[in-house]
Amino acid sequence: MTETLSPIALDAIALDAIALDQCPLGRPAHIAAIDWSQLTEDQARRLREMGFDEGVIVELLHKGPWGGDPLACMVGRMTVAIRRELASAIKVIPLAEGVAA
Amino acid sequence: MNAAPVIALVGNPNAGKTALFNAFTGARQKVGNYPGVTVERHAGKIMLGDGRPAELIDLPGTYSLTPHSPDEAVTRDVLLGHQVGEQKPDIVLAVVDAGNLDNHLRFILELKSLGLPIILAVNMIDLAKRDGITVDVEALSRALDMPVVPTVAVRRHGIDALRDLLADVTPGSHAGTERDLPPLDIRTLQKQARAIARAVTTETGSRRSITRRIDSIALHPVIGPALLAAILFLMFQAVFAWSEAPIALIEGVFTSLQQAAKGAMPAGFWRDLLLEGVIAGVGSVIVFLPQILILFSFILVLEASGYMVRAAFIMDRLMGRAGLSGRAFIPLLSSFACAVPGIMATRTMAEPRDRLTTILIAPLMTCSARLPVYSVIIGAFIPGINIGPGIGLQGLVLFCLYIAGIFAAFVAALILRRTVTKGPDHSFLMEMPKYQMPALRDFLLGLWQRAAAFLKRAGTIILASTVLLWILLSFPKPPADADPAIPAIDYSIAANIADGLAVVVKPIGFDRNIALALIPAMAAREIAVSALATVYAVESDGGAEQSLVTRLQGKWPLPTALAFLAWFVFAPQCISTIAVVRRETNGWKWPAFLLAYLFGLAYVAAGITYWSATALGM
Repeated sequence: MTETLSPIALDAIALDAIALDQCPLGRPAHIAAIDWSQLTEDQARRLREMGFDEGVIVELLHKGPWGGDPLACMVGRMTVAIRRELASAIKVIPLAEGVAA
Repeated sequence: MNAAPVIALVGNPNAGKTALFNAFTGARQKVGNYPGVTVERHAGKIMLGDGRPAELIDLPGTYSLTPHSPDEAVTRDVLLGHQVGEQKPDIVLAVVDAGNLDNHLRFILELKSLGLPIILAVNMIDLAKRDGITVDVEALSRALDMPVVPTVAVRRHGIDALRDLLADVTPGSHAGTERDLPPLDIRTLQKQARAIARAVTTETGSRRSITRRIDSIALHPVIGPALLAAILFLMFQAVFAWSEAPIALIEGVFTSLQQAAKGAMPAGFWRDLLLEGVIAGVGSVIVFLPQILILFSFILVLEASGYMVRAAFIMDRLMGRAGLSGRAFIPLLSSFACAVPGIMATRTMAEPRDRLTTILIAPLMTCSARLPVYSVIIGAFIPGINIGPGIGLQGLVLFCLYIAGIFAAFVAALILRRTVTKGPDHSFLMEMPKYQMPALRDFLLGLWQRAAAFLKRAGTIILASTVLLWILLSFPKPPADADPAIPAIDYSIAANIADGLAVVVKPIGFDRNIALALIPAMAAREIAVSALATVYAVESDGGAEQSLVTRLQGKWPLPTALAFLAWFVFAPQCISTIAVVRRETNGWKWPAFLLAYLFGLAYVAAGITYWSATALGM
């Protein structure tokens, strides 16, 4: 598992980054950036405590049955339920198809 | 140091901390409250490996030492020695989930900064193995520089090894520890934690864990909600139907107790106090037990198996529209059977404001005690006609009363969340624990604790107020030469109160007799029916064989009847609910607020109903 991407790689692919809630189900993705400015201090801390961090691999597993909210995703070895609004602050780059996390 | 060492048990939620605590203490636990907060204190005496006694305190689960809730603040304050009424612990016993070290180790690194001796239990090692994860315990011990023991708390594995290690720690060896936390950078700690976790964990096989496979069904967009509906249907059915027989049995036992006491004692004040005050009061407490035990059986199993968070996940969006989280769903649903177990069920809610809001709106759910009132009034005043194929008017009115309660709860939640329970939206960020079989011992202990908490703390208030109410309704006694046509209740203090109350409720279409019936109905709503029967029994000229339904028809205009229904949608006429709210919020402030706002709503709703119906010429 790669922990961090080099800054150059990040810059080059930052344009490809999408919000976590837009990520396809079951496709592992790197967290490229988290828009901390979109979050309150408390929310930011909670996100970190749940293991969300730049460079970590996440995988969207399930969407809530009513309007696809909230989301369930795998962070490390933990499954975390997160509301869409909060997930939209997390920018991810989906790994290429077939790449194991 | 001669005193028994104090050991603090800490860990992330879902690390199996409570199971470990139960494995250590069994039934020898003391449950109390921390002063000033609604946080429970769980403690128990344990035996160390060398036979010395120690006190183990189970601190609320937390992800870090930066608190997000009152529970988490207690954990931090106890560890820093700031908590009032709690000695600073000598040893920290930390628990982590073997299958989730990447995340849980960060908290352990944070704990290290406290300077207290720490012993680490790497728990649920069996579940980790199930998912193909092996932890090198010795490498972990070296990396963290602390003793590490692999455990399976639900099966008591590793407990003796922990006892031995705890005995080896010399209390007081941490003399120079911090009173405050050094500033910690969570990101650095997190990176360190992940690095250690990677180094000590080996993973074999795929990541497709059992939990993921179950989740693909339980969280499926179509099957998931259907499964939840089926589980809830079963639960609701159980709370409603399975409790009927035991409730009837309890009522039977207390009735025969009253009979026995009646025969055994001379008539007089003491017999009446025992019969109608104490025995009736104790009975009115015990009668809640079947529903509480059944509901909590479901809740404990759903919680321990890991499904509860999934249920919250499925319902979160819908509850979110009312400013609540998915966690509020089960307590509110339970409140349709009875608000008492429903309010107790809010304990599974981590966010205090969410929980308070749920407690405050739970009494608006139409509980089973309202049904007798509704059916008598509907039977008397709503014609039993069909207004469409298969749609009876009486059933429709009953349905509307249920909807009115739900709608009012929704609006109340929205308003409360913007006013009195205003606060940051915690955004429903939750760990979804791994599925596991609940352990029988943890289940039974949990059930016992809920029942004991209800009987001890709510039960005493219910009993006391029932006795008080009995005194109000029975004294003073009618004079010896009283007209037998006037019910004895008319001479009581309650009758005097009713005279005053009649002035207040006149604008909403209630007369003095209704006011008088509302007083005993404070004990429980369904008592309104028997109280009305008493009040109208003597006044009616049709003879005793006339049913209450027929009697009321002649006495009440239709607008009054409709206003009476509207009143009971809102009115918090239930001492038990108020007692439980007091117990769960740890003070009189919120029950007082609850009474004020619900009686206010009841008054306004009944008034609007009465005057609209009158204006429409009903």
